[in-house]
Amino acid sequence: MKKFLEKAVRWLLTASGFVTSLVILLIIAFLFAEGAGLFREHTIEEGYVLALHGDNPVKEMTAAEIKAVFDEDITSWEALGGPDMPIETFRLEDADKYFPEEQLGAQYENAGRLISSLIASRPGMIAFIPESMADADAGLSFIEDNTISPKEVFAGTEWFPTATPAPLFGMWPLLAGTLWVSFFAILFALPFGISIAVYMAEIASPKVRGFLKPVIELLNGIPSVVYGFFGLIVIVPILQQVFGLPVGESGLAGSIVLAIMALPTIVSVSEDAMRNCPPSLREASLALGATQWQTIYRVVIPSSMSGIASGVVLGIGRAVGETMAVLMVTGNAAVVPTSILEPLRTIPATIAAELGEAPTGGAHYQSLFLLGIILFFITFIINLSVEYISARNKG
Amino acid sequence: MGKIEAKDVHFYYGAFHALKGITMEIPQNKVVAFIGPSGCGKSTFLRLFNRMNDLIAGARLDGSIKIDGQDIYAPGIEVDDLRKNVGMVFQRPNPFPKSIFDNIAYGLRVNGIKDKEFIRQRVEESLRGAALWDEVKDKLNASAYALSGGQQQRLCIARAMAVSPSVLLMDEPASALDPISTAKVEELICELRKEVTIVIVTHNMQQASRVSDMTAFFYMGELVEYDDTKTIFINPHEEATQNYITGRFG
Repeated sequence: MKKFLEKAVRWLLTASGFVTSLVILLIIAFLFAEGAGLFREHTIEEGYVLALHGDNPVKEMTAAEIKAVFDEDITSWEALGGPDMPIETFRLEDADKYFPEEQLGAQYENAGRLISSLIASRPGMIAFIPESMADADAGLSFIEDNTISPKEVFAGTEWFPTATPAPLFGMWPLLAGTLWVSFFAILFALPFGISIAVYMAEIASPKVRGFLKPVIELLNGIPSVVYGFFGLIVIVPILQQVFGLPVGESGLAGSIVLAIMALPTIVSVSEDAMRNCPPSLREASLALGATQWQTIYRVVIPSSMSGIASGVVLGIGRAVGETMAVLMVTGNAAVVPTSILEPLRTIPATIAAELGEAPTGGAHYQSLFLLGIILFFITFIINLSVEYISARNKG
Repeated sequence: MGKIEAKDVHFYYGAFHALKGITMEIPQNKVVAFIGPSGCGKSTFLRLFNRMNDLIAGARLDGSIKIDGQDIYAPGIEVDDLRKNVGMVFQRPNPFPKSIFDNIAYGLRVNGIKDKEFIRQRVEESLRGAALWDEVKDKLNASAYALSGGQQQRLCIARAMAVSPSVLLMDEPASALDPISTAKVEELICELRKEVTIVIVTHNMQQASRVSDMTAFFYMGELVEYDDTKTIFINPHEEATQNYITGRFG
C-alpha cells in the first residue's frame, strides 16, 4: 500500500512536471505560429486593389509609400519612379464627388464600370477600390500586392496598424519606446535600490531593518494599475509643471513609475544576497584594517554580485514586461522617441491596448503576436546575460 | 615592558560575565599560546586585542589593554589603524573571492597604497614569507578558491602579514586543516616569530607545546596559569592545569 502510494506520488509529480513544460512549449510555439503569419499577409487590405491608369509605369509601392500617397505627403509620380505628373487619389467614398447618386445606382450597381472608366480617363489617378469594381475591360494596371516584408516591420518607423489602404507595421517605435523606458527605469532604480539594500543589510539597526523590510516587500504586492493611477495623478502633473511640457504623459513618467515598481524587487533580492555574504569575509576585511565602507564596496558587494545581478534582472524583467502602469502614464504615441520627455509607447502597452480591436487572424492581430515574440526575446536575452554574469562571478 | 599588557580585564556579553579580571603581559617577538576548554574565554580575550569584539552588540569591557604602552580602548584610537598593526588569522581559511594576488594586495590597497610596484613586491615577499610563493607564483591571477584548504590558510597568513603588523593573532589556525597542512602552518609560526609577536589560541595541546614560548591556561573566564610553555607542560603549579593538559577534562 505504502509502495503504491509512493509510486502514485512519483507518477503524479512526473506527469505534472511534464505537462507544465509541454504547456509552456506550446505557448511559445503558438506565439511563433501566430506571429510568423504576419509575413504571409499582403500589404493591401484583402479584397481591395490599387488601380492605376493603364499607361502608368509604376508597378510596385511599399506600404509606407502607399500611406504617404493617400495622406498626400507624396503628390507626384516622379517620387515613385513614374512620370512627372501630379497624383490624384481616389477612395470609394469619393465616388459621389465625381458621379451623382442616381447615376451610381441605389445599390452602387453601376459604380464599378463608372469608376473604372474614370480611372482610365485620368492618367495621374490611383484608386483604392474593391477588387470586384475593377472592370477588366477598362485596361487598368494594378499595383502589385506583395506580402509584408520583414524589413518594413523591423526597420519601419511608423506604426499605423489600422491605416487604409495599407496598414504600417513598423515596430521600431514600439521597440525603442520599450527599451527607452526600461533603460531609464533601471537607471533610476539601480542606484536607489542598491543604496537601500546596502543601508538595510549593513548599516540599519535590526529594529529599523525589521520595520523597513516588510514595508518594502509590501510594495511588491500593490497592483500595477494602482501604481499607474498614482503616476497619472501625481507624477504626470509634476513633470508637466517642472519641465513645462504640453502634456505630462511621457517616457519619463513611465520610467519613474517603473523604477518605483522595480525597486522592491531589486532591494529585497540584493539585500538578501548581501546578508548572505559570509561573516568570515567581513571579519577578514575588517581585521586587515579596512573601514566598514571599504568592506562593503570591496568585499560585500562584489561577493554578492550574482545576487544583486539577479535582483536587477528581475527588476528589468518587470520593467520590460510591465503593461498597465506604463499604458496609463506614457501617453502612448507610437513614434520613435527622441527625448525622454516625449510621449512614447511600449510593446506590452500596444498589445494590451490593441488586441481587443484587432480582428482575429488578420495582419494586425498577427503583428501583435510578433510583438509578443520580440518581448519574449528581450527578456530571454536579459535572463541569459544574467546567468552569464552570475556564473562568471562565482569565482 | 611587554608588547601587550592587559590589566584587570573584565568582559561581558550582555549579562554573561565572560572574562573575570585577567591580567597578563605578552613579551615582544614571542609566541604565546592560549589553551583551555571550549567556552573558557580564550578566543574572546584574543579578539579584544584587535577590537574584533566591537562588532558584537551588547558587549562591554572593563579594565585596560595596552599595546606598545598605548591603551587601545582609549577614545581617539582609530580602530582601522589598530587592526592594521594587529593582524588576525581565523579558524577557517577565509580568502576573499578574488585572485590570489588581489587577496594579498587587499590590505595594502584599503590602507591607501597605490604604488603598483610596491604592492607587487609586498605580495611576493608576503607569499615567500608564508612559504607559498613557489606553489602559486605561476597562478597569481587564479581565484584563491582554487587553492587547497592548507594553502588557503597560508594565503590568509600571508595576507595578514602583507600590511606588516607587529602582532599576529591566530584563532585556532590549524583546526580545520589536515596534519600535513598543520605542520606547514606550525613551521610558518616558528618562522614568523622573528618579525611579529604571535598570540595563538589552540585546542591542540601538542601544538601549543610545539610552537609556543609561553602558554596561558584559561578556565571559566579566568586565567588559571601563565608561564613558560615548558613549565606549564612539565611542572604546572595549579592542579586544574595539570588535569587539563593530561586530558582528565576538557
